[in-house]
Amino acid sequence: MREKLKLLKTTALALSVIACASMAKADVLFWSTQAKPVEETQAMRDQVLAGAGQEVDYQASDGGPWLTRLQAELTAGDGTIGVLGGLHGNFTSLPDDLVDLSALGLKPTFSDLGMLGTSEQKYIPWMQATYVMAANKKALEYLPDGADVNALTYDQLIEWSKNMAEATGSPKFGFPAGPKGLKHRFFQGYLYPSYTDSVVRKFASPEAEVAWEKFKELWSYTNPGSTNFSFMQEQLLNEDVWVAFDHTARLADAFNQRPDDFIAFPAPAGPTGRGFMPVIAGVAVPKTAPDMDAAKELVAYMLKPETQIATLRATSFFPVVDVELPDDMPAAVKIAGDAIAKMSASPDANPGLLPAGLGDQGGKFNQVFTDTFERIVLAGQPVKDVLADQKTILAKIMNDTGAPCWAPDAPSEGACPVE
Amino acid sequence: MENKHLPYMLLLPATIFLCVFFIYPFTLVAWEAFSKDGAFTMEHFQTMTSNWKFEISFWNTLLLAAAVVPIQLALSLLMATMVSKMQKGRDIVLYIWTIPLGISDLAAGIIWLAIFDQSGYLNSMLYGLGVIDQPENFLSYQNKSTIFIAIVLAEIWRATAIMLVILVAGIGLIPKEYYEAAEVFGASNWKRFTKITLPMLKPSLQTALVLRVILAFEVFAVVAALGGTNFPVLMGETYNWQFELQDGNVAAAYALVILAISIVFTLVILRVLRVPKGAQV
Repeated sequence: MREKLKLLKTTALALSVIACASMAKADVLFWSTQAKPVEETQAMRDQVLAGAGQEVDYQASDGGPWLTRLQAELTAGDGTIGVLGGLHGNFTSLPDDLVDLSALGLKPTFSDLGMLGTSEQKYIPWMQATYVMAANKKALEYLPDGADVNALTYDQLIEWSKNMAEATGSPKFGFPAGPKGLKHRFFQGYLYPSYTDSVVRKFASPEAEVAWEKFKELWSYTNPGSTNFSFMQEQLLNEDVWVAFDHTARLADAFNQRPDDFIAFPAPAGPTGRGFMPVIAGVAVPKTAPDMDAAKELVAYMLKPETQIATLRATSFFPVVDVELPDDMPAAVKIAGDAIAKMSASPDANPGLLPAGLGDQGGKFNQVFTDTFERIVLAGQPVKDVLADQKTILAKIMNDTGAPCWAPDAPSEGACPVE
Repeated sequence: MENKHLPYMLLLPATIFLCVFFIYPFTLVAWEAFSKDGAFTMEHFQTMTSNWKFEISFWNTLLLAAAVVPIQLALSLLMATMVSKMQKGRDIVLYIWTIPLGISDLAAGIIWLAIFDQSGYLNSMLYGLGVIDQPENFLSYQNKSTIFIAIVLAEIWRATAIMLVILVAGIGLIPKEYYEAAEVFGASNWKRFTKITLPMLKPSLQTALVLRVILAFEVFAVVAALGGTNFPVLMGETYNWQFELQDGNVAAAYALVILAISIVFTLVILRVLRVPKGAQV
């Protein structure tokens, strides 16, 4: 009994000491939607932020809780968050709540996106990535005759997947259609631009019908477990699939663990080019930051070349400033970096931008594409009817937000029309 | 004087607690569901019902409750009578049976996911026994019925114990004299169960069923883990609208729908299993 009491007392003492210590130190809270997997979060803390010259508390969470806490602090007018980290889409609803960072004089690539349609620098691009294809080398022998893996078309991808399915007895193409998978980006940045040269305007056009029919065909040779896949590196590593499409950061483990077994290559091309979409993450400072100077200092630190390289190692997101990459970079960086370079340099490249100007309707915009996929491909509903139905929802979102068209859609006066 | 006010004084803390943490947030949620820019509107309910997933998730939720609750009721009655008949080791058995109660529902979902997954235990076992040639994907969108069965199993495993605990307590309250009298008249075990245990257990059954049915309508984490988006339920849609689609108004409308069906079913259970005033022990 006495032992127990002693233990209790010591624990209580220890707890109060910890509590005091954490209260005394005013760490900068870095509240982020990026580097969420535990290993990446830890790498951010140990390898990237340890050298920041000040104590930084890096916390990563899902977009929903991330926004909820931020909004609570903004509503209260009193906050603990110093620096925000998030994707472009996380910031689009917040222009009025972020301080102008233009005085820092940082101008990495895509800085214009960070202005969020205002005249101030609301966020500063922090790191970038994109989506590529990955394949197990075993798959290469099933490539259709005359197909170049670095210049594939969607028809060739379908044929390739068909060959693999017939030869091995089970579908070997994989697609991140799970609840946390980034399937909507494939439709917005890859399928639609490649078939319609548009995302919004031609959402329900005859060209879009063709695109969905093609995707349905591809789906028939796709591992049906795909509706549970969210990070394709897992299925590539356990060989449930041989060929997959995903975000470079979600393929990195496969390249890093078995660099000799996997290759990366550009996304396929359709009738209107090789559609692809860069992903931009940024750092911003909310108006309620407790220590403005410390927060801005941290933002500047994140953009230093050394920090950018450390971030690349930690998260597999590429730098947004000019840096000389050292030779000892992880395999994923070399493999994926090579594929991205080929994709951008391809003669039929058709890069699209991230959805912009949608404010807090970004989630609903993504849902239009996810619902269209679930209805056409999974539930087998008629393509034309589904597109006509989803079109009205899309048109309402565009009208409510007044978001103008972005590339590859032709520019619009006012809200981007759904034709 | 003091005696007259004392009961109310004693009820006051609980009442304040309820008002602050239940009634107040409830009115906020209700207002959110019915208002837009400060004016009354049914728009959010229209958005909700016109969404193609609303009907599916509504029926999925009811179907799940209809499948899970009766099985749990039968199982927990059986388990409770078994436990109450035991002479030795009663506590240990009860502890073991209630272990799943201590596990969060998401963890329970993940445990069952580890079983049914394409590279899970069930597949390894079937493959090891030579029943299948290659791993079967039990939880794919093509196998809606196996997803349903997996969720039902996980729910039964996870939440039968909560009914069991209530029923065990209820059986303990039934006076022994009834059973002794029945024995004297030569009533069979089954007769004793249907004529004494069941009727005397009505108040406990009421509590257990109300609790369990409400929880069944709120099912979320187990479904999210096993079915993902392949098996939409009301609570999952609520979460989706609140956090993914950032539309708190429609999420509030969903929450009110869940509340409404919970109230309806609670009233039905209370009515069906009511104990007449004169028959109370």
